[in-house]
Amino acid sequence: MDSRKKEGQMKTNDILEKKSTRRSFMKKLSIAAAAGSAGLVTGGCVGGSGSTEEMGLKWEEYFKKNYRMMTDKEKDETVARLEKLAKLQDDANIQMSNQEPREKVLFGYAFNISRCKGYMDCVEACVQENNLDRNSKTQYIRIFEMDSGQQDPTSGDGKYHHEVPVENKYYMGIQCFHCENAPCIKACPTKATWREPDGIVVVDYDWCIGCRYCMAACPFWGRRFNWGEPEVPKEELNPKQHYLGNRKRMKGVMEKCTFCVQRTRQGKLPACAEACPTGSRVFGNLLDPDSEIRYVLKHKKVFRFKEELGTDPKFWYFMD
Amino acid sequence: MTMNPKKGIVAFTSDCIRWSLSGGIGFKLYIVTLLAVMGVGVWAYTNQFQHGLITTGMSNIVSWGLYISNFTFFVGVAAAAVMLIIPAYILKDKDLHEVVIIGEGVAVGALVMCLVFITVDMGGPLKVWHMIPGIGLFNWPSSILTWDVLVLNGYLALNTLVPLYILYCNYNNKKPVGWKYKPFVFLSIFWAVSIHMTTAFLYQGLPARPFWNNPLLGPRFLASAFAAGPAVIMMVLIAIKQKTSYPIDRNVFFKLKRIIVVSAIINLLMLFSEIFKEFYNATHHSLSAQYLFFGLDGHDALVPWIWTAIGLNILGTLLFAFDPTKCNPKYLMPAAISLFTGIWIEKGFGLIIPGFIPSPMGEVVDYAPTVNEILITLGVLALGVLVVTLLIKPSLVILQRFKGVNT
Repeated sequence: MDSRKKEGQMKTNDILEKKSTRRSFMKKLSIAAAAGSAGLVTGGCVGGSGSTEEMGLKWEEYFKKNYRMMTDKEKDETVARLEKLAKLQDDANIQMSNQEPREKVLFGYAFNISRCKGYMDCVEACVQENNLDRNSKTQYIRIFEMDSGQQDPTSGDGKYHHEVPVENKYYMGIQCFHCENAPCIKACPTKATWREPDGIVVVDYDWCIGCRYCMAACPFWGRRFNWGEPEVPKEELNPKQHYLGNRKRMKGVMEKCTFCVQRTRQGKLPACAEACPTGSRVFGNLLDPDSEIRYVLKHKKVFRFKEELGTDPKFWYFMD
Repeated sequence: MTMNPKKGIVAFTSDCIRWSLSGGIGFKLYIVTLLAVMGVGVWAYTNQFQHGLITTGMSNIVSWGLYISNFTFFVGVAAAAVMLIIPAYILKDKDLHEVVIIGEGVAVGALVMCLVFITVDMGGPLKVWHMIPGIGLFNWPSSILTWDVLVLNGYLALNTLVPLYILYCNYNNKKPVGWKYKPFVFLSIFWAVSIHMTTAFLYQGLPARPFWNNPLLGPRFLASAFAAGPAVIMMVLIAIKQKTSYPIDRNVFFKLKRIIVVSAIINLLMLFSEIFKEFYNATHHSLSAQYLFFGLDGHDALVPWIWTAIGLNILGTLLFAFDPTKCNPKYLMPAAISLFTGIWIEKGFGLIIPGFIPSPMGEVVDYAPTVNEILITLGVLALGVLVVTLLIKPSLVILQRFKGVNT
C-alpha cells in the first residue's frame, strides 16, 4: 500500500517536471493548436505530453459510435486504436478482443450458500482479472456474513474483517445478477448499457455520459462509478482484455461485473468461479441441458434475491 | 411618455441589453457580486472537471447529491409559473396579467439552473452529444431521463418564446395577436404539469428505491411546487416593488397568497399522509424515512435539516394563512422566505439523499457535500438569479412604456 502511494507520488512528480520544461510546453501548445480541443475532449487529460499520433487517435476515439452501432470493421478499428493508445500512453502491451457472443449460449450463475466459507479469494481474483481501480478499492463482488436464520443479505455483515469461517455463520456473495428484465438498462438515457445475446449486461464505457441513473435504478447495488481516475499498477495490469469487459476505464463512467466476458466467451470460467477454493460457484450455459448449472437448477433447492421485483436475475443461490 | 421612436429586431435587442444592464451603483454592485460568485463556481468546476466527481461528497452509495437535489427543487419553481399563467391568460385576471411576465422570467431562470445542475452532475459532460437524436442514441421512450430532457427543453422554449413575442409586440407599440401566442400558452399549461410529473417519475419509477417508489410523489411534487414557486415569485415581486417604480397592486399579493396557502395546505396534508404510512406500521421499506426523520444506526446527518424544514413549512403556511397586515410586503417577505426554504430543504436533499440510504445492500452512510461542491452549487444559483434579473429588467421597462402610451 505504502509503496503504491510512493509510486503515485513519483508519477505526479514526473508529470510536473515534464510540464515545467519549456520544450514540452511548446510541444503541447503546438499539439493543442493542431488537434483543436482533443485534449479537452478526452476528459480534461491535462499534464500528459502526448504525441500528435496520440492526439489523433484520441480525436478519432471521441467521435466513434456506440459499440452496438459499429460495423465489424469499425469495431476492429477502435480495438486497434485502443491497443495503440495503451502502448503510447501507458507503455502497456495489451491484446483487446471484440469477440461476439457465441450461438446458443445464455450464461447463468449459481452460488452455494452451504459451501462458501467467506475466504474472499473470488473478490481478489476479480480485482486482478478485471483491472479494477486500486485507488478506490473497487470490488464487483461482495460477501456478506450472515447469521443462520437470516436469508436477506441486507441484514448481514458486508464488511467483516476476521478469520473465517466463523461458527454458526454462513456466507452469501453478491454481484451483478445480469437480470433479464434489468432496470438499469431501461434507465440509461443513451443506450450505453445493454444485455448481450448471451445474457451478459455490459457497459460501453466510451458511450456512458456518467449520469448514474442506472446506479439509482439497480436494486442489487451491482454497479460501480469511477469517481476519480482509476489506476492499476502497470505490473498488475491484465493485458488480456475485451472491449466490453476489463479494458481501461476512465473517470466519470459506470462499470460493473461482466461475468468476465473476456474469459467466458472463450469458454473459460469467470475468475471468481475459478478462484473459489470451496467450489461454491457454479457457472455455465443455461441452454446446455448437460451443464452443471442446469443440474443445480434441477436438483437443488434454489432461490433468488429480491425475486419480488421481477427483474429475473440470472443468478441463483442454492444449498446442499 | 412618448411613443417609442425605434422599431425592429436590432433596436429591440440593443435596447433590451441596455435596459438590463443600466442601473445605479447599488445595482452594479449586485451584478458584480453575482458575477463574482459565478466566477468562483466556474473555478470550482474546473477543479471538478479535472479530477472527476471525486471532488464531491458523493459515493457509490449516495450517488446523487446536492446538484440533483437542487435540480429537482428548481424544476418545481419553473413549473409554478403556470399558477400565474392560468389566471392571467385563461381566466383573464387583470392583476395577475400585470406580473405574469415576471413569473415567466423566474421560470426561465429556474430552467437554466436545472439544465446546468444536470450538466455539472455528469461524469462525462463532453459526451452530452451521445444523447442528441441522430448523431447520438436517445433511449426514448424507455428512459425517463430522456423524457425529462424533452420536457425541460420544451418548457424552456415555450417560456422564452411566448414572453419574447409579447414584449416584442409591445416594444413596437402593437397589441400581440391572440391566435399567434394563445395556443402556446395553453400548451405551456399542460407542459408545466408534465415537467414536474416527469421529474417525479424519474424517481417514482424505481422499485429499487422504496422511499421514492410511491405514487404520491408526483402529485406532492406539484403541490409543493405550487407553494414554493409562487413564494419565489412573490419574493421577486416584493423586491421589484421596493427597488423600482413598476407599480404592483396589492391585489396581486393577495391573489398570490391565496394560491400559496391552498397549495401549502395540500402539501402538508400529503406530507402527513406519507409520514403516517411510513411509521404507523413501519416495514423494511420505511428505513429511509426513519433515517431522514430520526436517524438510523447512529447516522443522523439529515435529522436537524428535515425538522427545520417541517418547522419552516408549517410556519410559512401559518403566516400566509393568517395575515393580520392584509398583504404588507414587509410581512409577506419573511413568510415567503420561510416557506421557500422549508420546501427547498424538504424537496431537495430531504427527498434525494434518503432515497439512497440505506443502500440496496442495507448499508447506512451519511452524505455531506464538499466545499467544492457547494461552491459550484452557489455559482449555479447565482447564474439563475442573474438570468432572472437580466430578463425581468427590460421586460418591465417595455411593459411600462406600452402601458404609458396606451392609457
